[in-house]
Amino acid sequence: MLAVKEIKFSTEALKKVDEIIARYPESRQKSALLPLLHLAQAEFGWCSTEVMDYVASLLNINPIEVYEVASFYTMYHLKPSGKYVLEVCRTGPCCLVGAEKIINILENKLGVKEGEVTPDGLFSFKGVECLAACGYGPVLQIGPEYTFYENLTEESVDELLTQLRNKN
Amino acid sequence: MAQKILLKNINIPGINTFEVYRQHGGYAAVEKALKTMSADDVVEEVKKSGLRGRGGAGFPTGMKWSFLAKPEGVPRYLVCNADESEPGTFKDRYLMTHTPHTLIEGMIVSSFALGANTSYIYVRGEMMPQIRILEKAIAEAKNAGFLGKNILGTGYDLEIYVQPGGGAYICGEETALLESLEGKRGNPRIKPPFPAIAGLYGCPTVVNNVESIAAVSWIVVNGGDEYAKIGIGRSTGTKLISASGNINKPGVYEIELGLSVEEFIYSDEYCGGIANGKRLKAVVAGGSSVPILPANLILKLANGQPRLMSYESLAEGGFATGTMLGSGGFIVMDEDACVVRNTWNFSRFYHHESCGQCSPCREGTGWMEKVLHRIEYGHGKMSDIDLLVDVSKKIEGNTICPLGDAAAWPVASAIRHFRDEFEWHVNNPKAAMDGNYGLANYADPIPVVEEAS
Repeated sequence: MLAVKEIKFSTEALKKVDEIIARYPESRQKSALLPLLHLAQAEFGWCSTEVMDYVASLLNINPIEVYEVASFYTMYHLKPSGKYVLEVCRTGPCCLVGAEKIINILENKLGVKEGEVTPDGLFSFKGVECLAACGYGPVLQIGPEYTFYENLTEESVDELLTQLRNKN
Repeated sequence: MAQKILLKNINIPGINTFEVYRQHGGYAAVEKALKTMSADDVVEEVKKSGLRGRGGAGFPTGMKWSFLAKPEGVPRYLVCNADESEPGTFKDRYLMTHTPHTLIEGMIVSSFALGANTSYIYVRGEMMPQIRILEKAIAEAKNAGFLGKNILGTGYDLEIYVQPGGGAYICGEETALLESLEGKRGNPRIKPPFPAIAGLYGCPTVVNNVESIAAVSWIVVNGGDEYAKIGIGRSTGTKLISASGNINKPGVYEIELGLSVEEFIYSDEYCGGIANGKRLKAVVAGGSSVPILPANLILKLANGQPRLMSYESLAEGGFATGTMLGSGGFIVMDEDACVVRNTWNFSRFYHHESCGQCSPCREGTGWMEKVLHRIEYGHGKMSDIDLLVDVSKKIEGNTICPLGDAAAWPVASAIRHFRDEFEWHVNNPKAAMDGNYGLANYADPIPVVEEAS
């Protein structure tokens, strides 16, 4: 878990913040909110209230404007998650080719329910809606890079989990 | 061999880079438009081409452009809708991944035609890899003088920025997309005013799908009349079809509009037939929102004529026996697929994605999901089937944006064409829970059809 630590972007990320805000006309810096939340999530792991307040201060908007947006969109994690969040598509076309089986396999292999974090803090998984990769299903993605894994089978899921465990 | 426009060079190694793309005739449209044409000329060619919005609605692109208000001293915007989220659709991802410059080139000519000096490509947030690809392509184009100040010495300035979404299907609706681009929740706006009058930041704005914008370059180079020669009737040009489900060769195919559905499903050039030697049961032809059709009705019109892949032919027969081309998300189900389960799955999707602004959609999608869930899981009542039809009717047409209709149609059409499968689920609750398969008596009795010559 993230202990109390000062919420502040790295110098590099702050440069990126300026670059993003410069994309919009004067006084329209609120447009940078979604990109900045992505940046914050990549940097801090999830969007805690403190992180959202920090983003609000960067954009000079009210914190509520950040909360209402972060809670509307599905990509922002409003509670701590595993280091790797495995997001499996659970929509129709993927289910026609076995997505539900993949979700069951993940649940069994990780030993946690959807949305929970494994005891080692490495993994959590969730079923998400259509990822626009229906021809390559079943698929899953892992943030913050959003790398894609396609045509999943029990073996390839096994391999992926081993690979990620070995990285740590 | 059918004509390819968007994916013509897709197999050339390195076509994702500026250099290779340029060597193969890329950016010729920018040179032609900026140096030899006026903005109105470009709009005129697009009008002549008959190009229709490829995101789903099929509204003529040239006409949409001509509605753009041009008040003095107010900036105008072009926003590319790359929020591809309609279940069954993955063509824009494919195009942006493999040939990003096709989109960037189209963005430059289209922005020029509309008089926009800043344009945004709104890409769904999950497509971070594609966002990086597009940003690289933009940097390359800028480096070569095709973007930035005074492009090719013509005095025209343009910046293109890529904006990530946050994960919300509703942002594919153009006014929700604009709200999102302004840093807000993706709640669709009440229209009018339309974006052409008051769009991004209250300024005149055109929102176009990736595929529509990408097609503009070819139209500029070859002329609108040439484009209109491809295809059939008012369905001009080529269309990217995302094929998924129980077929041998899922993937993205560029077809000339007017190809027969039968050839598309069974020919080796396209889907290659139904996977595992199974029979065809049903098709959702244009993304999850359009009505599902059983095998006999997707292959043939009610009068026995072959059904074609075109806006008109797919819609032939209205909702009684027809469907829609939509975004071209072609989902194929074999004889084992359970229509009830699939309909429940789609309902869950729409319930999850409803923005919550309009009560009929917010409440209705939830009710449909719940009722479908209980039918699928063996607790359904016979009256539930009519209840579903009733709820779907009360959503349809009663919401600010088309998500309500999109949620209602799959349910209404599944019951219209597969009512006895729903009844079977009610009458055989245990079998429905154990098996989760359909009745399969809709499977096309025709064996795998030989390719049309």
